[in-house]
This record gives sequence, C-alpha cells and structure tokens, in this order.
Amino acid sequence: MVALYPGPVEVGGIRLRNHLLLAAGILGTTGASLARILANGAGGVVTKSIGPSPKEGHPGPCLVVVDGGIINAMGLPNPSAAFVDELASLAGEPVIVSIFGGTPEEFRTVAGWFAGKASGLELNLSCPHAEGYGAAIGSDPALVQECTRAVASLGVPTWVKLTPNVADIAEIGAAAERGGADAIVAVNTVKAMRISTALRRPVLGNRFGGLSGKAIFPVAVRCVYDLYEACSIPIVGCGGVSTADNVVEMMMAGASAVEIGSAVIDDIGIFAAIADDLYSLDGIDAGEIVGCAHA
Amino acid sequence: MHEQMPAGVTITEIVEETPSIRTFVFDREIEARPGQFVMVWVPGVDEVPMALSSPFSITVQKVGDATAALFAMHEGDRIGVRGPYGNGFAVSGRTLAVGGGVGASPLLPLVTAGLVDTFLLGARTASELLFENRIRGAATLMVATDDGTAGHHGFVTELVSRVDLADFDHICVCGPEIMMTAVLAVLDREGCAERGLFSLHRYMKCGVGLCGSCCTDPHGLRVCRDGPVFSGDVLLDSEFGHYARDASGSRRRI
Repeated sequence: MVALYPGPVEVGGIRLRNHLLLAAGILGTTGASLARILANGAGGVVTKSIGPSPKEGHPGPCLVVVDGGIINAMGLPNPSAAFVDELASLAGEPVIVSIFGGTPEEFRTVAGWFAGKASGLELNLSCPHAEGYGAAIGSDPALVQECTRAVASLGVPTWVKLTPNVADIAEIGAAAERGGADAIVAVNTVKAMRISTALRRPVLGNRFGGLSGKAIFPVAVRCVYDLYEACSIPIVGCGGVSTADNVVEMMMAGASAVEIGSAVIDDIGIFAAIADDLYSLDGIDAGEIVGCAHA
Repeated sequence: MHEQMPAGVTITEIVEETPSIRTFVFDREIEARPGQFVMVWVPGVDEVPMALSSPFSITVQKVGDATAALFAMHEGDRIGVRGPYGNGFAVSGRTLAVGGGVGASPLLPLVTAGLVDTFLLGARTASELLFENRIRGAATLMVATDDGTAGHHGFVTELVSRVDLADFDHICVCGPEIMMTAVLAVLDREGCAERGLFSLHRYMKCGVGLCGSCCTDPHGLRVCRDGPVFSGDVLLDSEFGHYARDASGSRRRI
C-alpha cells in the first residue's frame, strides 16, 4: 500500500493536522467530545449540524446498526446559537462547524455566529431526512449556489457537503464551486430504511433515514470520482472510510482529505489507528496520488 | 459490528412494584452484565434507555412520553428491545449498594447474583421502596424514607455514614443525581471515591457511542458506551451533579 508523508496539510482554506477528519454528526454535540477525538489523532473535526433554532430531533429509534452500516434519522437535533459556548475551549483547534438552514438568509445568519470562532464552515446541503433542510436544498443547483454564496461571501473557509441522492452529483458540485465554495465534501448518507418484521413497521421513528458505513464506500468513491472530473476545488471524501487503504483509494478517486464517521462505532481510536497505517517518514506527498486514477 | 435490529418482545407480565413503578416482564432472555441497559422501543412513540432489572425485565417509573405509553400497555403487547449496551457494574470482593427510588432497578441483578453484601435502600415514602423484600433475602438491608414511614427518617445518603466504608471493595450507586452527588461527596471525604461505581442517566439517542447526545464534560465520555457506570474519581470535577444536556444538546441544570 502507498504510505503518505506525515504532517499538517491545508485543504480548502483550512489547516489540518493530517488528512483524517471526524465527519459531521458523530460525537460532535459537545466541545469535550470533539476535543477527545482531536486528542485521539484526528487531523480536524466537524461538529454536529447547527441550525437557526434549537431542535430536539426525531422520535426514536434514531439509529439502527445493520449489516455493513448504520441507518440514522436523528432529525438535526441541535442547540442552535448556544453551541458557540461549546467551542470556547477549542479556540485555535482545527474545528469546522457544520451548519444548516432553510434559506440562504438562514445559512448566512448561522454562519455569522461562528465566523472567527472556528477554522471553517461545512454547509449541510445533504441531510436526507429533515423536511425543508439538507437534501431538500442540496438537490437544486440554483439553491446550492445561492446558499454557498451567502456563506462564502462572509470570507470564512466554506465547505459544502453534498448528497449522493441526486441524478448528477457533478452538477451540484459545480454549483457549489460557482457559489464560491472552498471545498466539496462528498458524501452524506444514502437514503435507506429497514422494517421490523417482528413489529411490522419501519424501525426508525422517522420511518426513513440515511445509510452510512462500509456499505456506502463504493458509492462515495464514485461520487468523488465524478466530482473530480467536474470541479477544480478540493474534494473531501466521506462515506464508509474505515482503513488506511480506503483513504488512499478515496485520494486516488480525487479526494484531498477524508472524513470518517461510522467507523468510530468499532473503535473511538480509529483516527490514530488509520494514521499509524497511513503515514510513514519515507512516505510520498499526497499530491502524487490525489486523482491519479483519472489518468 | 454485527447487525443489531431491535428484537420484538412480548410483554408477558406487568408487576406493580410500587404506586409509581412497574416491572415489565418479556418473553426473551437478554444476556447482560449487571448494570447494562437496553434501548426500549415503544412503537409509534419513542425509544429510551432502560436498565435491565433481570434478563427478562425492565423496571420503570413514568417520567415521559415513552414511559407513559409503556404504562398504558398490557400483557400480550409487543415492544422492541436492542442491546444490551454499556459497561455495567464490575465488582469483586465485598460490595455495598446504595439505591434511591427506581435507581434500585439496575442494582437488582447484582443482588440476584449474590454480589451485594449490604444494601442501603431509599425512597420518598415506605410504599415507594423498590424490591425491599427481594433485597432483604439476599443482603443486609438498611432502609431510609424521606417522610420517616420506614427505616431511617431522612435521605439514604445519611445511611452511608453509618456503615464502615473500609469494609467494602466497591460501592455501587444508582438513584437521583442529587443523591448520587451526595454519596460521591461522602466517598471523596473518606478518600475512597475510586471505589464508588455510579450509574449515570443522560439523554440518549443512538445507544452505541456514535451520536454524542450523552457525552459528558470534561472528558467527552459517552454514558451509553464508556458508561453508564463510572468510578467516582472520574466524576469528581465533572458536570455530574451540576448539569446535563437535553435532546437538543442544550445544557440544563440538574
């Protein structure tokens, strides 16, 4: 396997300790849990998605572990502006705040709370199970461009996280780039559901949810590959990454860094474990393999 | 990680333990360590964490939507259960248990396994003492009630200073957080906080250590996965006894 040279990297206007970030929605509700993941070897962390008003989320079950992955429908629970307090102890750390809104104005309002208090922002234009938010916006190129512009014009590093649940993800990525995005994050969860045969009803309280974990890794690789063809800004690969070889594969598809989420279920020390396998002092620069599969 | 779809279980018996607490017995054995919990799915309502009071039962107080819906259910009704989750109580040697109200529930499997030597049981009033008879048959029992209708007139915490803590290798505690905080203060004063094992309650969504809803300050420990049982020294100078987060992640004073 390819080994990479260790050390800090800059991706989409944000300086990271390594190429491995914590994905949004995983252990991102408190400053202390984000600090724990950074201490465990992550190169950066993305918070739980924060929106314009506090939300409790969907009734449970909110998550079910299935073969090869996890299906969740949290329903964007978040404390809204109060989340600023959680970041107080993380000043100067590579923290990216995930934000959502129902309109470009709402995105701009929420972004304003965190401008200057985090390394950057990640726009959640991709949650598949929250009506009026996330993928409801992220499937429309014009809205994606507008929401991106509303945040990027604040001068904060702006990443845009896309949904794979569209006919042509490259078209959406191009819209984010036109809106001024500094990087694209691909992908959020894949629309999914399971039904309890014992109780004869959908398992999730919200009935539908999104699939993450190993099962969607091939979907994510394809999306990153397509985006690399269509866009010139950096891509952050997300979806089922659980090994150093997965990281290398994502990079070969076109990713400059990766986000890791569901793999935390097996090991909260996953970041250090992957870094241990991935980096070596006689490794190569990641630039040598990013997108190399397109040759 | 292997598939963990909720198991459908049928309620075979509902026992009214006290005027406010019921045990729901179901038709499937869940192998668990004492102090582990399950996520209980009340179809159409919500899913909430509940300690197992035996491999076949949960013992519940009505506190919210899900537990109210559970109280409206009958023998023969079906619910979903996934788990067991969490670490549970790991004890050796001589064990003291301190339970307040429905907090006696996760401690009962320890009693049933013969692992408790002395049990300090507290409740608001005599009729609310949970599992009093079952504990009496298996351990030395001391009782406290807030209104003095049984045992010591006062808090169960006050009984802790009537036993010699040096006699015990572990002190397992579960009850209202304000009571547990008071017990921790006694253990800390006696210099044995690390021998205390406290079972915490926090709002939870996923139960498997991913979503972060139940993370505690200042170490980011997950109550669902790293807990729910924590040793007292870990809880000193933490959010324990001060605040917890609600469903939205906002802090609320205890």
